[in-house]
Amino acid sequence: MTTITDYPQLRRPEGFTQRGLGWVPWAPPVAEAELSDVQRHALVEASRSASPYFRLLARDPEALRARTLTDLDIFTNEAGGLPRWERELSAAATSRVNGCVFCASVHAKAASRLGGRPEDVQRLLDEGVDARVDDRWDAIVDASAALTLTPSAFGAEHVARLRAAGVDDAGIADQIAGAAFFNWANRLMLSLGEPEEVGAS
Amino acid sequence: MSHDVIDHLAGIAPGSPLDAIRHARPDAREHAQQSFLALLEPAEPGQLELADRYAVAAYVALLHDPDPDRPDRASGSGPAAGSDPAAGDGSDPDGSGGLGAAAPTRPSAFYLELLADATEPAVVAAVRDAADAGRASGPYGDYREPGLQAEAVAGPVAAIDCSVLGTRLAAALEHAHLLVLHPRDARPEALQALVDAGWEADALVSLSQLVAFLAFQLRLVHGLRVLADSPAPATDPATDLQEARA
Repeated sequence: MTTITDYPQLRRPEGFTQRGLGWVPWAPPVAEAELSDVQRHALVEASRSASPYFRLLARDPEALRARTLTDLDIFTNEAGGLPRWERELSAAATSRVNGCVFCASVHAKAASRLGGRPEDVQRLLDEGVDARVDDRWDAIVDASAALTLTPSAFGAEHVARLRAAGVDDAGIADQIAGAAFFNWANRLMLSLGEPEEVGAS
Repeated sequence: MSHDVIDHLAGIAPGSPLDAIRHARPDAREHAQQSFLALLEPAEPGQLELADRYAVAAYVALLHDPDPDRPDRASGSGPAAGSDPAAGDGSDPDGSGGLGAAAPTRPSAFYLELLADATEPAVVAAVRDAADAGRASGPYGDYREPGLQAEAVAGPVAAIDCSVLGTRLAAALEHAHLLVLHPRDARPEALQALVDAGWEADALVSLSQLVAFLAFQLRLVHGLRVLADSPAPATDPATDLQEARA
């Protein structure tokens, strides 16, 4: 019988943050020493065996490997499309709408680091996706937020605003893929465990 | 299946502009397809059998369809505006009458067909009924974080009838409803409910991946369809700007 773990004493984050957070699993990860070759292969990057999140997902290695390779191409392939930091902005906006504090912390920080606009990113976290920054930023955030709703509210007007802001169709496809992908990631992070504060309080 | 499912569902033809754009991210394209195969056509399905996977997929896809009772919300969201005759028009004053609500979108029709091929009609009908009963506007839910509790949004929690579907599949659909519409309400108790219904750890992960992957796939399909249906005007000044950036 599978044991589900609760953490009544966890140091939960107060809200959205760009600080680094930890994440604890509710369902049991595979122990690091017990990872099979197939499971290690599914991690793609060997360093991921330290993460309880990836060792939990390793219970379905084919799904984990395919997901990881999808993720890496959407967010790190630099051939055309959106600059990487704007893909991270799509991920952060999506995570803000779904309420995934862990994903938002990682990808808000990445957007800040790659884009050099930490104050604007902080406004997204503090004020939500309705915070107005500039035409291009707002078009990316609004398109990502609309795509994230269920049923999706992403429509022709979002495409028109992105084009008017200078985003080409390859860039729009990156925005769509980045936001869509975080609708995948957020649901795993939110439902298999939870974030915790790490380091000195 | 050798055909790319996202291309199929989004109506992307070989040689079209969007086909070229998708091929600029070849690993993403290939491994979105591999994800579909791993989660919906696995060689070793384990405890989460194929028919159960299709039931979850059909239910999840139907929950993503525009709500026929809320044309205001559905308008501008695009799927009905595409070239898919199965999606209907949305503005059709009559359609085929109220019963059965709107015709399913292409992704829902696709997953319902997979389900119908793998199980009996009563199960398909029960999945459709459960989706009709579970329809809502997401995401809603409470936050675990103390500083965000003012942002909580209330919404329905699914209670699925297990008389036709059985305890295990009903529990899986209840979990799918949580993940699709109010994932920030997830708590350890939701996983415990799955364990109590008989699901083991490996299947918990496969089920979670299946629902979460579909949340990605259905949005990517929707977004690409909207983009394909919005051809860029050739003389738009924005086109010149794109070329200048290229």
